[in-house]
Amino acid sequence: MPASTDRTTLTHLARLEAEAIHIMREVVAEAQNPVMLYSVGKDSAVMLHLARKAFYPSPPPFPLLHVDTTWKFRAMYDLRDRMARESGMDLLVYQNPEATARGINPFDHGALHTDMWKTEGLKQALDKWGFDAAFGGARRDEEKSRAKERIFSFRTASHGWDPKNQRPELWNLYNARKNKGESIRVFPISNWTELDVWQYIHLNAIPIVPLYFAEKRPTVERDGMLLMVDDDRFPLLPGEEPVMRSIRFRTLGCYPLTGAVESTAATLPEVIQETLLTTTSERQGRAIDKDSGGAGMEVKKQQGYF
Amino acid sequence: MTDPITQDSPVYVVDDLIGRDIDAYLDLHQHKTMLRFITCGSVDDGKSTLIGRLLYDSKMIFEDQLAALEADSKKVGTQGQAIDFALLVDGLAAEREQGITIDVAYRFFNTEKRKFIVADCPGHEQYTRNMVTGASTADLAVILVDARKGVLVQTRRHSYLCHLIGIRNVVLAVNKMDLVDYDQATFDAIVRDYAEFARSIGIETFTAMPISGFAGDNITTHSAKTPWYAGPTLVDHLEQVEVNAAHDGDKPFRMPVQWVNRPNLDFRGFSGLIATGSVRPGDTIRVLPSGKTSTVTRIVTLDGDLDQAVAGQSVTLCLADEIDCSRGDVIALADAPPQVADQFEATLVWLNDEALIPGRAYWLKLGTQTVSATVQHPKYVVNINTMEHMAAKTLDLNAIGVVEVTADKPVVFEPYVDNRTLGGFILIDKITNATVAAGMLHFSLRRAQNVHWQALDITREARAAMKGQTARVLWFTGLSGSGKSTIANLVEKKLHALGKHTFLLDGDNVRHGLNKDLGFTEADRIENIRRVGEVARLMTDAGLIVITAFISPFRAERDMVRAMMEPGEFVEVFIDTPLEEAERRDVKGLYKKARQGALKNFTGIDSPYEAPDSAEIHVDTTREQAEDAAERIVNHILAQWTPVI
Repeated sequence: MPASTDRTTLTHLARLEAEAIHIMREVVAEAQNPVMLYSVGKDSAVMLHLARKAFYPSPPPFPLLHVDTTWKFRAMYDLRDRMARESGMDLLVYQNPEATARGINPFDHGALHTDMWKTEGLKQALDKWGFDAAFGGARRDEEKSRAKERIFSFRTASHGWDPKNQRPELWNLYNARKNKGESIRVFPISNWTELDVWQYIHLNAIPIVPLYFAEKRPTVERDGMLLMVDDDRFPLLPGEEPVMRSIRFRTLGCYPLTGAVESTAATLPEVIQETLLTTTSERQGRAIDKDSGGAGMEVKKQQGYF
Repeated sequence: MTDPITQDSPVYVVDDLIGRDIDAYLDLHQHKTMLRFITCGSVDDGKSTLIGRLLYDSKMIFEDQLAALEADSKKVGTQGQAIDFALLVDGLAAEREQGITIDVAYRFFNTEKRKFIVADCPGHEQYTRNMVTGASTADLAVILVDARKGVLVQTRRHSYLCHLIGIRNVVLAVNKMDLVDYDQATFDAIVRDYAEFARSIGIETFTAMPISGFAGDNITTHSAKTPWYAGPTLVDHLEQVEVNAAHDGDKPFRMPVQWVNRPNLDFRGFSGLIATGSVRPGDTIRVLPSGKTSTVTRIVTLDGDLDQAVAGQSVTLCLADEIDCSRGDVIALADAPPQVADQFEATLVWLNDEALIPGRAYWLKLGTQTVSATVQHPKYVVNINTMEHMAAKTLDLNAIGVVEVTADKPVVFEPYVDNRTLGGFILIDKITNATVAAGMLHFSLRRAQNVHWQALDITREARAAMKGQTARVLWFTGLSGSGKSTIANLVEKKLHALGKHTFLLDGDNVRHGLNKDLGFTEADRIENIRRVGEVARLMTDAGLIVITAFISPFRAERDMVRAMMEPGEFVEVFIDTPLEEAERRDVKGLYKKARQGALKNFTGIDSPYEAPDSAEIHVDTTREQAEDAAERIVNHILAQWTPVI
């Protein structure tokens, strides 16, 4: 990462990178059994790249964990498997067996889909392998309750978050000592913004899912959202016919829950340009934040959502 | 709808550049520096409104957020029909209901020159810890003053805290100028008032500016309503001011080692974040605390080896020699290494509801070093409203005091004013794991450096062997009246009959002599146990079997004594008698007195007893006779001994 013109003053990206690497090394030095949550999105891509930098020439000394919903875009599964291979890290994939048994899906089950696959799935996976520290790519600029979350964020044995009882976090000193049953969520890119993430991907040529770039894809319009028909599990309503549109995704989740935007941005600079000029914030494409009013994410996190 | 944000919302030129030439824009953004600042003010000073304004003006609020904001403003806002910027930043639901900011929130915005991280901190005195947290990473502080109210007690408190934590860039933002008709005389009077105070606490310079966060005056553009003000706008100033890290690169090289990187037998690297200075291959370095020297051979990163690395970068260094170096060590410039000491004077900010217990051992984390440390009685505490120094026995939540800290092993450090990384530390409670204090080191206390351990020619093993035994500490713990002394006496008699050399330290007897200056407060009880532990340790050096009978109610202190001894030497004997039973026996009549209120801090009545989690020997006196228990204890330690040759 280049320094700015002033030899000893690092650029903001260099400082953010150094901070994230410092945090990852602290966790590896102090936690017993860390894991990196990997959702295949652009933030995960940056996290993985930072992990490789932090421990080079060793491979990152922890596995990647993908809490799968079985409803991710096919292109995401492809990139996930490729990145795990290239980084030399173990990839653990977890699918909540209860959700599998009950056939939970985003078309029929709405909020239950997120709850069972993601929230419950994550808790089960962390318990199954006994991870005591889990890296996540959440950022403080994403959402109001995240803005107040610590970089080392503690969860009770039942994975609950107590926002009123967070440990003070001074300088770059992190207290990683846990009480029995507690685990830590660690957010090394807390201080990054969406623009920082894009810029970092650009500067380091980090591979991301092609769905972030515009291309002609089969889509239907539903409830004001543009949905991509990724496979034949997508139930078309009477009269619905997939239409080819030039679209891309600003954020990637489960394909029926993630809205696309019409776009022609096919290169990274064009994507960044569009992102900066747009007037709709990043998470708007996701249905999850609209639940339960202004406190939606805070409530979800108290229940154990990442 | 009267919407003040539409009056003069400046548009940054960067917006135009994004559309016109995205590559040029990315290049610009890539070379920005970063400034972290803290905003201080009370609920009514318009702090959240100012931050909301900065976010809005730098286009960090999106259309859908704005729509939600407008709806929220009408529902719970405090500005009538106008947009309530504070709602943008008051994140947690509990805070929005109460209309206050109770935790540190971090916010982000960009201008053409810089990226900014704002720590938005609550202003009330009960949230001092939150402000100290926010200030610890800040380069600059914006101290907000309501133009109608002037410099208040809280203004002084916030300024003092920011100065204490080492922030050298202070902006006095006289806010709500719109409510005093942009009156210059009002502004000047506040600045004069503040200047006098600032000097008194050591703030050498500050920048004062008249603003209105609500109306947007002098935030990004010069306000036509304050023609008498010729200084910079707030954003201009934030873009120009020098960041803290600007001088870190000029200081001597220091890098605390976080992690040793050993992928295979051919590579050994030391990973860390460079705290100060710079390093190049070929530099001679010294590893502290060992003092060994070596030469840097490579600076390794994923992007290739570097010719030079500077303060603020996370790197991995390879050294020419196979010298001992692990997490907690500091790699430093060989000719100008930092100091090493185990006793310090420091300022502590207490962050926890549970007050400081002088003498108790806490974890001290400084850089990548974690040691066990005790804190003595505060020399004084600072009244943060009046800056007076006052005597105190402890530090309560939010208290700031000057203390002596003693670590159980040497710590590599520098004074906080010279180096935040090697001078700032946190204290962690060993039982709850809470971060209980933030500390700033001043200097080492010479005492520790001048008292050296006397090397002894006759070893402790030799002394014990001559007695045909292995040294032990049999530590009896339990409620008053549980039967500790009775069983301990029986144990000593039995060992004596077997020809063993023993010594019994009894709680009451010690308090008549060695510890007669101590009372029964929590702190005094800890000191009582510490001294007994030290005496017991000297006796084990002499090869004795030491038997102690003390209530020793706190787990932390029993563990402290355990840690003083050699592994396996400390045998905890829990004399487990239920409170009702001990109180029924009441051999010394103490429970009766305590119940009547004549005895304060009596264990079991108004002071807690923390039962051992895993005592080596557990005696349930409701099921086992004293004689049987004593026999079992004697057999236990005899069985444990390694045969003496």
